Amino acid sequence: METWSVVMGGVLVAFLVVYSLTGGADYGGGVWDLLARGKRAEAQRDLVKRAIGPIWEANHVWLIAIVVVLFANFPLAFSTLSKALHLPLTALLFGIVLRGSAFVFRTYDKGTARDKWSLVFSISSTITPVMLGVCLGALSVGRIRIDGQGRYLSNYTEAWWQPFPFMVGLFTLSLFAFLAAVYLAEFAAEEALQEDFRQRGLIAGVVVGVLAIASLGVASFNAPSILEGLTQSAWAIPLHLLAAFSACGTLWCLWKRYFRPARFLCAAQVALVILGWAFAQYPYLVWPSITIAHGTAPETVLKQTFLVLLGGSVLLVPSFLYLFKLFGRDR
Amino acid sequence: MQDLTAARLQMALSLAFHIIFAVVGMAMPLLMVIAECKWLRTGREVYHELCKRWAHGTAIMFAVGAVSGTVLSFELGLLWPEFMAFAGPMISLPFTLEGFAFFLEAIFLGIYLYGWDRVSAKMHLFSGIMVCLCGTMSGVFVVTANAWMNAPQGFDLVDGVATNIDPVAAMLNPASFTQVLHMTIAAYQALAFAVAAIHAYAYLRNKKSEFHREALAIALPIAVVTALLQPIAGDLSAKMVARYQPVKLAAMEAHWETQRAAPLRLGGWPDEEREETRYSIELPYLLSILAFADPNAEVVGLKDVPREDRPPIALVHISFQIMVGLGMLMVAVALFGSWLWFRGKRKMPEGKFFLKSLIVAGPMGMIALEAGWIVTEVGRQPWVIHGIMRTSDAVTGMPNLWAILPFFIGIYILLLIVVTTLMKRQVFASIEEEG
Repeated sequence: METWSVVMGGVLVAFLVVYSLTGGADYGGGVWDLLARGKRAEAQRDLVKRAIGPIWEANHVWLIAIVVVLFANFPLAFSTLSKALHLPLTALLFGIVLRGSAFVFRTYDKGTARDKWSLVFSISSTITPVMLGVCLGALSVGRIRIDGQGRYLSNYTEAWWQPFPFMVGLFTLSLFAFLAAVYLAEFAAEEALQEDFRQRGLIAGVVVGVLAIASLGVASFNAPSILEGLTQSAWAIPLHLLAAFSACGTLWCLWKRYFRPARFLCAAQVALVILGWAFAQYPYLVWPSITIAHGTAPETVLKQTFLVLLGGSVLLVPSFLYLFKLFGRDR
Repeated sequence: MQDLTAARLQMALSLAFHIIFAVVGMAMPLLMVIAECKWLRTGREVYHELCKRWAHGTAIMFAVGAVSGTVLSFELGLLWPEFMAFAGPMISLPFTLEGFAFFLEAIFLGIYLYGWDRVSAKMHLFSGIMVCLCGTMSGVFVVTANAWMNAPQGFDLVDGVATNIDPVAAMLNPASFTQVLHMTIAAYQALAFAVAAIHAYAYLRNKKSEFHREALAIALPIAVVTALLQPIAGDLSAKMVARYQPVKLAAMEAHWETQRAAPLRLGGWPDEEREETRYSIELPYLLSILAFADPNAEVVGLKDVPREDRPPIALVHISFQIMVGLGMLMVAVALFGSWLWFRGKRKMPEGKFFLKSLIVAGPMGMIALEAGWIVTEVGRQPWVIHGIMRTSDAVTGMPNLWAILPFFIGIYILLLIVVTTLMKRQVFASIEEEG
């Protein structure tokens, strides 16, 4: 029982990593659309559009995969979180709907309406990751309480209306923007645009660092358990060292204009941050009420889901990689 | 109580909205692929143009369908957490498979839309076929999960706790096959009638337009075939409902007395207070025949069902009448078209009257589809899982759901308006008008 729920928990973390590296970066693209400045503002926006156009819908499906894996295997956690985070999740949904619709409307609409959709797209791209971060941050604050029968005891705002979830929200936003800038610098074929996003990447990298430290500061009083996990466990030091190495490496590569390694290191850094968070949460899905083995589906379901995912990935992974290979470079 | 109504309204609204985009996402790729095949075979530019236009249409509708589908997958939990706590593992298999189908659809749609000059013609066509197959498969899987709510199996209930959960058995529940068949045909039918109507309208105004003529020539056969097949699928579905959900059947028919040789009721107004249906036309024996293939079969009436176990009769009955009535009208149009086609030595019928009848039939598929889902969902009430869990026990405790509802209404109305204008301008406008 225990083993399979840990395996499926691992699958959830892996999906969250891939979603952040792909779908997360798409939101980051929206942030740079909002912050497009200077005489190349339009060119920057077009670059974002060309970069995410073919892939954002496929990237978005990782989020749905997370939801499905969660409710199929961790029904208690899913139903509890659906109650505790009703409002931020609803806000997240509005963000998702507006972002996706506005993007496709902008692609196929004509004339001045495009600017309007562009604005809707970029604002919703900025709000959505904050809401995602709020939901993730709320898992660590400890205000989501249930009783022995799984009945929900907290109210509908206290779980997330806290400083720490919003810090995580801002941190998530900065991470996604950082990713997007580094990706776009590599994606761009035109040198001037490459420079624009190199510069943005350098700034975003520093912002990520500042917000990371600020989040830990807020965690010290609002989510002490996660801080303890992040700083005092055996794996913490090597993981932090790796993350710090990747972050510094990304900035150094950007500085030196080694765009391909920068992209790789930046992705590694984001993956390590999520991994560190997951280890710090372990064994809790929701601290301190729901552990990874609490209220899971029967073992047969966990095993079966895992096997279906494994079987399906034979078809999915090559297709997904092919998509990225096709559209990985601007033309 | 108040918030249960709000939750149900929000769910109904989200489903009714999503379903339109979902069926277009399922069926429009078929039109697009047929046009591409014709283009590759004949080299005629008009097919290339059609293919591109329908691809744009698919892109717009798929994107809105994808995000509104995301809303639904979250709403299952947001509105019905107790349902999902119970049902999540049981419907895990169709949703996992649906995830894959949807994933592949999104990937290959990306390749299809943006890969015109990056992949070979063969690969491009293959991507289109994948979009088509995966779109339909993802619809199929989702419908099996809904069918499970109508005919739940694949678990044992011991003191209110589910044990021996078997997701495969749950997915292969008795309602799955008929519901999937009925819905898949409906998706293609609703889209084909809508597209045929739009192009018939434009073609009627400009008989020289090759663009609209060829579009019609692709959509029309699909409309005709699906319209003629649908009554068979509908009949199979009705027999399944008769067997597994007798109360739903009684509500669909507004049938009050348990009796043998039960008559089929056309139209009428069910009076839930006085427990009778007024102003309906009764066709003797027909309900027994249609439901159980036996003129003397006994059909359970609503009077034998406690009031608290009955769905809202009027809404279910009238929605059912609308669905069947529109279905029959579409059959009539399809027969008329087939007759013209045979008489005209297998040339596409282009007569004014026929084109006008197509225009009138245009919205019928979508309306029938919505009405059919009202029958399925409202007809299952008061249960969310038939005979297992009541909707009132599934709802969230979240207060003030009413306050959120206007935002959903607002965003859906906005999206409908924008999508309609965009489709009109980008997909269905004549090339000739654009110049």
